[in-house]
Amino acid sequence: MSAVPARTRDLRFLVACIAVALALAGLVAYHASEEPDGLERVAADHGVDAAAADHALSGSPVADYELRGMGEGRAAVGLAGIAGVLLTLAVAAGVLALLRPGRG
Amino acid sequence: MHIPDGFFDGPTSLGAGGAAVAVLAVAARRTRAVLDDRQVPLAAVTAAFVFALQMLNFPVVSGTSGHVLGGALAAVLVGPWLGIVAVAVVVVVQALFADGGLTALGLNVLLISVVPATAGYAVFRALRAVLPDTPPAVVGAAATGAGLSVPLAAAAFTALYAVGGTAPVDLAAVAAAMIGTHVLIGIGEAVITGFVLTAVLASRPDLVHGAAGVIVRGPAAVPAGPVAG
Repeated sequence: MSAVPARTRDLRFLVACIAVALALAGLVAYHASEEPDGLERVAADHGVDAAAADHALSGSPVADYELRGMGEGRAAVGLAGIAGVLLTLAVAAGVLALLRPGRG
Repeated sequence: MHIPDGFFDGPTSLGAGGAAVAVLAVAARRTRAVLDDRQVPLAAVTAAFVFALQMLNFPVVSGTSGHVLGGALAAVLVGPWLGIVAVAVVVVVQALFADGGLTALGLNVLLISVVPATAGYAVFRALRAVLPDTPPAVVGAAATGAGLSVPLAAAAFTALYAVGGTAPVDLAAVAAAMIGTHVLIGIGEAVITGFVLTAVLASRPDLVHGAAGVIVRGPAAVPAGPVAG
């Protein structure tokens, strides 16, 4: 184990984590509970959502975590989830890279 | 579901936006010094992982589900400031998925990133101060912090709603329902946080910010992680 360079070990670990995240979003998320979450439930039960407005991006290709044009099944949710994980990874990496000293 | 447009009035939404930006600016400054070739990818992967976790709604009581917030987990993994930034990125990306109104972005950043990361990390540190320096103690402290962070965020939501909510509601009833439901969701958050942290500590304890100085398998202590936070 000590013969493996530190950077390789880091890369392997990070890739493994991303793989797990992709599996969770791409395969497991479809089976997640469809019930309204805590906020949505309470909002509906107590009238908190009386003035809720439609989302400006409800026309987005991944609105509600379903890839547009693929129905509401496994593929739609799975692909939207994968897109979200990768997009988050990219945006986070980009933002953090910009914050590094020497770039500001 | 994150807070949609229309739940809160303009001034409150704007104020929350300003507060969120201010906190993120502080977080950015605080993390600059530790953003190296290891922390940047680590925090980015943490953000991606939290995105995935937030998609996994679990049932809590009949008719209601919950999902992980992830702020406490992120704070323990990469430190509170980086954790706040990471989960804030998740919240912003989620708005593109029509989860969380665009005008509610500041509110969602505060309630899903800042409050849980801060409260969860504070509880974590308090517990670690009195517990032994072992991996199970780290997991227990993190799980407890995570579990409490959820109802605390729910309480914060209710307090904000009292100030700027748009619908006339019975605040006491909303508070009871929000906090009660989110105590249950917090149990799920605690369990999942504990599970994830256990897995990370088993493979790469040296990468866990909150595990600095922890004794792992015998007398060799984990080398201290980055000092930020």
